[in-house]
Amino acid sequence: MVWLPPVSARAHGETVVNVTDLAIRLRGVVKRFGPITAVDGLDLDVPAGTCVGLLGPNGAGKSTTMRMLTAQAIADEGEIEVLGYRLPGESKVARAECGVVPQLDNLDITLTVEQNLLVFAHLYRVPRSERSAAIDRAVGIANLGDRRTTKVDQLSGGMRRRLLIARALVHRPRLLLLDEPTVGLDPQVRQELWALIDSLRSEGVSILMSTHYIEEAQRLADTVVIVSHGKAVAGGPPAELVETYAGRDAVEVYGPPTRLAEVETVAIERGQRTRRTGTSVTILGLNGADVPEGERRPANLEDVFVLLTGEEVG
Amino acid sequence: MAVEAGTRPAMAPRSRRLGRLERPALAGVLVREVINFGSYWRSSTFSSIVQPLIYLLAFGFGFGSLVSKVGGRDYVEYVATGTVATAVLFASVFPAMFGTFVKYKFQRTYDAILAAPVDTEELVTAESLWIAARAGVFGFMPIVVGLFFGLDWTWGMLTIPFIGFLAGLGWACFGIIIAAVLKTIDDFSYVTSTVITPLFLVAGTFFPLSGLPDWVGFASNANPLFHCVELVHHAAFGFRGWVDVGHLAFLVAFALVTWRLAIHYMVRRVID
Repeated sequence: MVWLPPVSARAHGETVVNVTDLAIRLRGVVKRFGPITAVDGLDLDVPAGTCVGLLGPNGAGKSTTMRMLTAQAIADEGEIEVLGYRLPGESKVARAECGVVPQLDNLDITLTVEQNLLVFAHLYRVPRSERSAAIDRAVGIANLGDRRTTKVDQLSGGMRRRLLIARALVHRPRLLLLDEPTVGLDPQVRQELWALIDSLRSEGVSILMSTHYIEEAQRLADTVVIVSHGKAVAGGPPAELVETYAGRDAVEVYGPPTRLAEVETVAIERGQRTRRTGTSVTILGLNGADVPEGERRPANLEDVFVLLTGEEVG
Repeated sequence: MAVEAGTRPAMAPRSRRLGRLERPALAGVLVREVINFGSYWRSSTFSSIVQPLIYLLAFGFGFGSLVSKVGGRDYVEYVATGTVATAVLFASVFPAMFGTFVKYKFQRTYDAILAAPVDTEELVTAESLWIAARAGVFGFMPIVVGLFFGLDWTWGMLTIPFIGFLAGLGWACFGIIIAAVLKTIDDFSYVTSTVITPLFLVAGTFFPLSGLPDWVGFASNANPLFHCVELVHHAAFGFRGWVDVGHLAFLVAFALVTWRLAIHYMVRRVID
């Protein structure tokens, strides 16, 4: 059966959003590993040309979701579409137009920067006539112009990560899948990579990025989807999520444990929400009611995350 | 809707499915192997020459001083041709077992390749073809070494790399199966000691099977290495018609069956 997205959308009366405007569309996706349900009815949209951040703690099902998008994990239930192709059946065509940056570095360490890119130019079927230009471009993206013939095992962690991203871009993909792109890197390198990812988005590449760094999601993502236990519990632009779930301001109250417990009880009675952060209690959703003395600060995405999932991140 | 879809040709799907066993996918995996070979060809070529040399010296002079003729041939002729099968086996089954395991488990190379438009079937096929090609070349080295030890050149020897390729293909796929099925690299020694070593010794490589009990000779018909040894002997000293067609058919069947099984088990291993 030939599947044409606009026709099928009409047939089901779903004319609100053209499904082909979505780079990624997941509906009710379930993935089980024996008794463990890693992804549990996940819905997810990545509108074309935007960056969506999948924010969740370790074990929330982010990596499994990423692997399902390249058909390296096959969903037990639900629908997955990538760039308008239905997975897993049409995954190979979709993969040809995607770039994947894995969480764990899998560069060929005995090969040079250039050789790594050459291998991927072949794997992603860059035509012979465009290959050397594609490699030059990727070397430029990785900012490794003076390291072209250096073997990967001689590169620093930050350089390797840049090469890993550039390798995923060698065939000019329309969609980039980034699995924890800056995990384990020092803050300066992380900022460098953020600038790189941001410039890709401004060039119109659709991006799905999984992360457990709040700041990363807040800075890069147009839309943040918070996942917990394999489900999307909330989604929207970061500022909107904060406004909706945590309110504008938060008050942090410091004190001995007995005092904190007392503050919590009172706040809950007033219909406010609280969050324990080590030595303090944060009161959120201030709703105009009285608050105890404390430090007032703007609410942030981390507050939202903790409220929605009951888990700390990062 | 149709208009809106039309304004976004970039998102309009082209062909919906790519075929199986596509050339660009196979070529992509092979290119990776060839480029990588550039960084380790010296060591593997060195051992492919030194190993038959050691066998020839050890068996040729050691064993050869006790027996001068085996099956009507000089012992050096017997060992040089027999060692071809050993070289093919070692150049295929071990790289397949260890290389595959390292690439999917430790280096996660297969994760990267399978995220590209390459299917597991293509990955396994390209990897085994590459190992088989190397086995064909390295399998010819004992003949080259043997020529310096008094082995007479025959034109039939030119078919030996192809026999080595075919046998190597089966062994490569066998090795990939082992890598895909076993959980740890330490478990490989079970296979090495209980499967590979006996097959390697009882294949007519270093001594003819005629001296062994009948049932061993009968059982050796199930040993792919035996068919490889026979074919190589005959390639060097004269083919024997239908007998060799039988040996060839066995090697073809061995390669086909292990190839499909290797794909089956590899899919189970790399696709969740």
